[in-house]
Amino acid sequence: MTRLVGVGVVVGIIVGLWQALVVLADLPAFILPSPMRVGQALWGNAELIAGHAMVTLTEVLIGLGLGAILGAATAIGLAMSPLARLVVRPMMVLSQALPVFALAPVLTLWLGYGLGPKVIMALLIIYFPVTSAFFDGLMQTPRGMLDLGRVMQGRRWQIMRHIRIPAAIPGLASGLRLAAVYAPIGAIIGEWVGASQGLGYLMLLANGRAKIDLMFAALLVLAVMTLLLHLGVDRLCSYVVRRQEN
Amino acid sequence: MTAATGLPGAEMRAPAIEFRGSAIIGGVTVFDGLCLVIPAGQWTCLLGPSGVGKSTLLRILAGLDDDIDGDRTVSTNDNMDLDGRVALMAQQDNLMPWLTVRDNVLLGSRVRREPADMARADVLIAQVGLADHGHKKPGALSGGQRQRVALARTLMEDRPVVLLDEPFSALDARIRAEMQELAARLFAGRTVCLITHDPGEAARLGETVYVMGRSGLTAIDPPPTPVIRPYDAPNVLACQGQLLRVLREMP
Repeated sequence: MTRLVGVGVVVGIIVGLWQALVVLADLPAFILPSPMRVGQALWGNAELIAGHAMVTLTEVLIGLGLGAILGAATAIGLAMSPLARLVVRPMMVLSQALPVFALAPVLTLWLGYGLGPKVIMALLIIYFPVTSAFFDGLMQTPRGMLDLGRVMQGRRWQIMRHIRIPAAIPGLASGLRLAAVYAPIGAIIGEWVGASQGLGYLMLLANGRAKIDLMFAALLVLAVMTLLLHLGVDRLCSYVVRRQEN
Repeated sequence: MTAATGLPGAEMRAPAIEFRGSAIIGGVTVFDGLCLVIPAGQWTCLLGPSGVGKSTLLRILAGLDDDIDGDRTVSTNDNMDLDGRVALMAQQDNLMPWLTVRDNVLLGSRVRREPADMARADVLIAQVGLADHGHKKPGALSGGQRQRVALARTLMEDRPVVLLDEPFSALDARIRAEMQELAARLFAGRTVCLITHDPGEAARLGETVYVMGRSGLTAIDPPPTPVIRPYDAPNVLACQGQLLRVLREMP
C-alpha cells in the first residue's frame, strides 16, 4: 500500500514538472503537449491506441518467449559441451559487435512488414543477455554439489537437470528481468523500420501528421506496458526463486 | 532388510584400501611418496594441519581427481575399482535447497535415473531422527538437522566405502557428539575414512588413527576399547591429549 502511494507521488511529481515546464517555458503543443492534452488524446483515441498496443504486446511476448527458450537452450548446450563453448561462444561475442538495430532493415527486407521481423528483433535483442546470464549461473554450480553428483555416478544430463539447472535459476531470472525491458525496444525498432501496425508505427504516423499529443499518448502507453511487463516478469521470477527454497 | 538397517549387503563387502603416490595441483606438489592403508570395515581417522593434503587425498579416493596430477595407485584387497563403491560426506551439507529433505535423500537415484526407493528413504530419514521433516526444504532446518539429512543421503547410497571430510566440524559440541554416535552406529561394517581437525573425535571414533604432516603419516595407537568410545573415558581423553601433542609438535 505504501509502495502504491509512493508510485502515485512519483507520478504526480513527474506530471507536475511536465505541466510546469510546458507553462513556464511556454512550449508550443507541437514540441511538448501538456499532460492534459496527452490525456485527452489518450482518451479520445483509446480504441486506436489499444489496437496498436495489442500488436506490439503480441510481438514482445512472442519474442520474449522464443528468446528465453532459445537463450536458455543455448546456455545449457554451452554448459554441457566444451566444444560448443570453444566454437559458439566467440561467435556469440562477435555477433554482439554488430548493432542489432542495423539488422532491422535486413529483416524487414527478408520477412516483410508483418509480425515476423519484429518478433525476431525482440528475440535477437534479448537472446544474448538471457544466454549469458543463465550460462554464468550454470558454470557456477557450487563445487560440493557437483562432487556429490559425480560420486553418486550421476549421468551428465541428469546432473545438469537435477543439480546445475535448478542451481542456476537465479541467473536465468536476472537474464529474464533484463529481457523484459529489452524486448519492447526490439519490437519498436522493427516497427519503425517497416510496419502497418503497432505502437512504434502509430508514433511515426502521428508524428508525420503533426499529432504530437497522440505520439506522446502512444509513448506513454508503451512506457506503461514495458513497466508492467518488467514488473510481471520480476514478480514471476522472484516467486519461482523463492518457491525453490521454501 | 539389511539395506534398511544401514549395513552393506553381502555383495558389497567393505574393502581395505591402500594409497601410494603423490599429488600435484597446478604444478605444486601437495604430497609425495605418501602411503596410506585403510583397513576394511573400520573407522580410519586422518588428522593434520590445514594444507597438508588431507582433502586432496580424500578427493583422489572419491575419484574426483581430474585436476590432480602425480603418480599414484589406489588399490583394494578385493582388486575391484573404487568407482561406484564410495559415498562422500563433507563439512558443507551440500543439500539442494530446492529439494525437500526426502528428495535430497533420493538425489542419487535421481541423477542415476534409477527408480526411487521411497520406503527406504523414509526409514533412513527416521533413523537420523527427522521422521517429521521429510517434506521440508533444507532452509527450514537447523545446521545439525541439515547434516543429519546429509547423513541419511550418504546412507541411502549404501556404499561399502564412506569418505567423510570434516562432516561434523561446523556443529556445536553437543550436536557433534550426537552425530558421531549416530554415524558410528549407522556406518558400522563399512570402510570409513574420516578427516577431522578434532583430536577428541579421532580418539572416540578411530580404529586406525593417522596424523598427516609435511613428512608423511604418523600412526597413533587409538584406545584399545571398541568404538564408539565415551568422550569422557580416561583412555579417550589420554589419546586426545596425545594427538594434540603430536599435532603441536609437528614441524
